[in-house]
Amino acid sequence: MSFERTQEKLKILADAAKYDVSCSSSGSNRKNTNKGLGDATGMGICHSYTEDGRCVSLLKILLTNHCIFDCAYCVTRKSNDIKRAAFKVQEVVDLTMNFYRRNYIEGLFLSSGIFKSADYTMERLVGVAKKLRLEENFNGYIHLKSIPGASDELMREAGLYADRLSVNIEIPTKSGLKLLAPDKNHDDFIKPMVKVKNEIIQYKAEKKIIRSTPKYAPAGQSTQMIIGASGENDFQIMQTSNHFYKNYNLKRVYYSGYVPISYDSRLPQIGTEVPMLRENRLYQTDWLMRFYGFDVNEILNANHQHLDLDIDPKLSWALRNLHCFPVDVNKADKRMLARIPGLGMKSVSKIIYARRYRKLNWEHLKKIGVALNRARYFMICDSNDFERRDLTASQIKNFILQNSTSKYTKTLSNQLNLFG
Amino acid sequence: MRASNLIYDGTFDGFLTCVFNVYEYKLEDVAIQKETAVQNLLFSDSETIITDTNKADRVWIGLKTKLSKASSFKVYYAFLSEKEDIEVLLLDFIKYAFKSAVPIDKDYANPTVLKVSQISKMVGREKHRMEAFVRFKLTKDQIYFANIEPDFNVLPLISKHFKSRYADQKWIIYDLKRHYGLYYDLQKVEIINLNFSDDFDPTKTSAEYFSDEEFEFQKLWQHYFKSTNIESRKNMNLHIRHVPKRYWKYLSEKQPN
Repeated sequence: MSFERTQEKLKILADAAKYDVSCSSSGSNRKNTNKGLGDATGMGICHSYTEDGRCVSLLKILLTNHCIFDCAYCVTRKSNDIKRAAFKVQEVVDLTMNFYRRNYIEGLFLSSGIFKSADYTMERLVGVAKKLRLEENFNGYIHLKSIPGASDELMREAGLYADRLSVNIEIPTKSGLKLLAPDKNHDDFIKPMVKVKNEIIQYKAEKKIIRSTPKYAPAGQSTQMIIGASGENDFQIMQTSNHFYKNYNLKRVYYSGYVPISYDSRLPQIGTEVPMLRENRLYQTDWLMRFYGFDVNEILNANHQHLDLDIDPKLSWALRNLHCFPVDVNKADKRMLARIPGLGMKSVSKIIYARRYRKLNWEHLKKIGVALNRARYFMICDSNDFERRDLTASQIKNFILQNSTSKYTKTLSNQLNLFG
Repeated sequence: MRASNLIYDGTFDGFLTCVFNVYEYKLEDVAIQKETAVQNLLFSDSETIITDTNKADRVWIGLKTKLSKASSFKVYYAFLSEKEDIEVLLLDFIKYAFKSAVPIDKDYANPTVLKVSQISKMVGREKHRMEAFVRFKLTKDQIYFANIEPDFNVLPLISKHFKSRYADQKWIIYDLKRHYGLYYDLQKVEIINLNFSDDFDPTKTSAEYFSDEEFEFQKLWQHYFKSTNIESRKNMNLHIRHVPKRYWKYLSEKQPN
């Protein structure tokens, strides 16, 4: 391996892959077999964090940044004047194995620009995974990109070697896609997703009868949407997200604040701030849907199409639904406990256990780790000291904002000045 | 009754033997100290406890009948924190567990239970960090070598993780703070002690000890680490929260070129 050339390619192809935000290495169940290298059971591991605070878990690279498409939002688009490069299969295998052996990474996340055709590209991606599994006995994590339009046969093969497959929808609406990626077809994104979904269902059914059924994409599939490139509001974005979770059994939908990379007039200009706060609020909503028992329509609906930037979506929901409060923490069920602002699912579970031994008061709750500055307006416990004033939603909001500092304070005051 | 000061060898079995003695002799007002950190206490009888694995096993098995398996391991995790007075906290916890008719491990409103739970959580977090932050370097004799200085004594906890993951390569993980390490020889993991020569600098990769390709892969990794960062999203506070500065000196990607 010529280290110098590899280094040059790595620089170009890692740089081009970094806008894919997924770095998850969890959810698989691939064990080390025959004293090979690697083990992908149990929780994922972030081996490092870049200076932007994002996790580095996988070697995330493109096989090549040559691409026949010209999607406006994408840095590797055909018309962009950048350095192009392509890895050889063996180079990717060597990099993965050697990084893994040094405990730098949990595995490989391989994506690619589309060269020649979808199938031609997908075949190369599958080739890398196959070589790692069959020739190198590598049992670490492999995340492959499903290339839009790839054939069912190739998607079938991909799932035999990869732990996770993903196809990035990128633009949340069909109209947005038409505007920004005119050569791309919405159905081409959906096709591999459907195939993978059906294969996973079939694998699970067969596994019950024949234990030795070869694994198929044990960590499931995911997708990503760009936020703030094509004008969709939060309601539309979360509707799309909900649709994918429900109909394609996705493990994750990622939201990626658009980083301006082009002077194209259809897009936010270079220098526009990355909408990180909005991205954060979308992730919070996603969590409320998946772990807190909220229906997406409770948080975002036709009357309420934008997430508040100054408060989190759960607090915002609670302020619109004051009739559900206060909740008695010593009696309420899990569902209602999870709806109290300032209580995370870990605190909820601790409360449910701890209250079996004794009734809980403010002191207990504080020690357990409940954020009382928010929670105290919405709950009662074993104490005579509780919020007796009949406060309105906006009063509560003001009290909470006065008594808290947000890491986004600077961003917030800027954005409020703009829109306020 | 006079207070007792039990001195033990610092091992978990030694600690459990002390607990056994507390019950056997109905001791009250007990202090438990490691023999390496003994302070003489006024008005108390000091006694050196000889580790007895039979006694230790009896306490451990008894504890497992009183708590879930996961919760009894919390006691072991918390013990490995090596925090000052951890022995007395754990003794209180064990006494509470034995006394109660129902399992007490989820009684988070009890200060002792909460404290043990929190400390074991801290140790668990450090274990996870070491699984992430160990950086192996390939030596000239084809052993992947890493040195660490964890806040807590987590080597016993990470052994299994690395053994099942790096089954086809020899490796050493050495705790410089506690002067012992793990060595995997392709068959089993052993505890080893090394004597480093005076000129060995664990933060550097010296060409004397490490293979030629080691430098190349470190360079590739450093470049990868830089390329995968998005400059316009720079957030050093978040970066430092995830990778606290005290761990930087052994992370190859955080070394100045």
